[in-house]
Amino acid sequence: MSVIIEADNLVKKYGSDSAVDNISFSIEKGEIFGFLGPNGAGKTTTINMLTGMAKITAGRVFYKGLDVTKKIKKAQEIIGVVPDESNLYDEMTGFENLCFCGAIYGLKKKEREERALALLDEFQLADASGKIFKAYSKGMKRKLTIAAALIHKPEILYLDEPTTGIDVASVRQIRALIKNLNREGSTIFLTTHYIEEAERLCDRIAFINKGRIIKIDTVKNLLEDTEESNIVDVIFESIPYEKNILTEKLREKFPDVECFFKNENTIRVNSREKIDISPIVNYLSSEKIFIYEAKLLRSTLEDAFVKMTGIEIDMMKKEKEKK
Amino acid sequence: MKSAIAFSNILLKDMKNYYLKPPNISWGILFPFAWMLMMFMRTKSAFDIAEVFPGILAMSILFGTTSMLSVTITFERKARSFERLLLAPVSMELLVLAKITGAILFGVFNSIVPLLVSVLYFKADVANWLALLSGIVLLSVVSTLLGLFIAVSAKEVFEAQTYSNFFRFPMIFLCGLFVPVLMLPVYIRPLSFILPVTYGVDILRFSISGTNFMPAGVSFSLLAVFCLALFYISIFNISKKWIK
Repeated sequence: MSVIIEADNLVKKYGSDSAVDNISFSIEKGEIFGFLGPNGAGKTTTINMLTGMAKITAGRVFYKGLDVTKKIKKAQEIIGVVPDESNLYDEMTGFENLCFCGAIYGLKKKEREERALALLDEFQLADASGKIFKAYSKGMKRKLTIAAALIHKPEILYLDEPTTGIDVASVRQIRALIKNLNREGSTIFLTTHYIEEAERLCDRIAFINKGRIIKIDTVKNLLEDTEESNIVDVIFESIPYEKNILTEKLREKFPDVECFFKNENTIRVNSREKIDISPIVNYLSSEKIFIYEAKLLRSTLEDAFVKMTGIEIDMMKKEKEKK
Repeated sequence: MKSAIAFSNILLKDMKNYYLKPPNISWGILFPFAWMLMMFMRTKSAFDIAEVFPGILAMSILFGTTSMLSVTITFERKARSFERLLLAPVSMELLVLAKITGAILFGVFNSIVPLLVSVLYFKADVANWLALLSGIVLLSVVSTLLGLFIAVSAKEVFEAQTYSNFFRFPMIFLCGLFVPVLMLPVYIRPLSFILPVTYGVDILRFSISGTNFMPAGVSFSLLAVFCLALFYISIFNISKKWIK
């Protein structure tokens, strides 16, 4: 695959404050690349710099080798941008909005009308094509805004917080649409503060905080980095003797793992190596302990994010609620 | 070709969404009538049409264009739909040209009622029709660009309206509409000379009654220079303030 976006040491300063502090990354054609970070991390500022909506203080951006800092209008021909708030024209219908967006990219009347109808159909908005934008629900507005960004068939699609503040059904639809667009070949740059969204959609993710990229990698590699320990929870009905006796027995039998009682009915087994659950389960059964369940606890992207950025997830959740 | 499609569609969208709305059309008709009535009440008689005609034309154009453009652009900025235009592969010059063309046409439309009433009803004489029509267009252009200049400074619609009035009301007293510029106190006159509308009004006076105080060629040239300067200052301001 070839590199379609290359950002090289990007800096954005407002006065003496750095909103984006020397970040570099490259994105390959056909990739879904995610920017994950809390509010104020620099996600939107980065998109604004990449799309010509903010001046770059230092650094350079290239689209397929084209220097965006020098030829922004040329670069804008191949990008579509969905901002964090729907920004179509309230008094125009869905169809009119799409046609107008096609027109400002120079599409001829027949071409833009055909494309608008196809997009309305694809985004399941055909029934609402004659309704004015103001009358759309939040989810419909979001979908039409994404459709508007696709009217000129851009090679790169920027999605800034595409599912923030909309209902669950629309979120699911939009995520499916993003996947479909990617399957059809679009390169997608996505910012989000929803960890599960980044995990589900993105091929690679950059953790960003305070204007700096903390880590860029595939979801798989980010998870592997966090999986320093393997954890198994063994849940049972009761034990025929004292808890510490069982703990001692387990330590003698399995010296490579750490065992402790998580609660009255659960033993947690920790190991730096992969844990083979069956000998432990068999041993406990032989000790007349009736086991309900033994489950391997996997590290999540959330664990990776917390570990690498030091940001508490509670803070991100509060931001979500605010939004 | 792509630029022409973008230009015409931005213009058509603005015409449909803003300028051709019934309240604005009625504004374009009623407002000039109100000015004429005011002039009539002032003189308490059939007024000297040649004296007031340029003033009514100028005020109708000035108030219509500055209000409309500053409010519509501020409104689009607030709703963030203006960002959509900035993200399109359309040069800033073409974008600004497309945005102001609607307001210029609205300004010309605002001049139609006083023009028709004055010429057809009050039988006003027009000394130079070509100069009059050119003057109307140039005055619409410069007033529209003043509206754009205001729009770039305003964040809210009410701010745009306030700033518009802040500019317009002193302007109508200083540009020779009510009191000829040469009759103003000497220390105020420099203010009149830095106002583009002064030259627009003088062109209208030249074309209608021949009571201009500047040579018409000079007024046309200065007005054209003001238009170009305001156009490029606005582009510079938009690039600086809206693409941060």
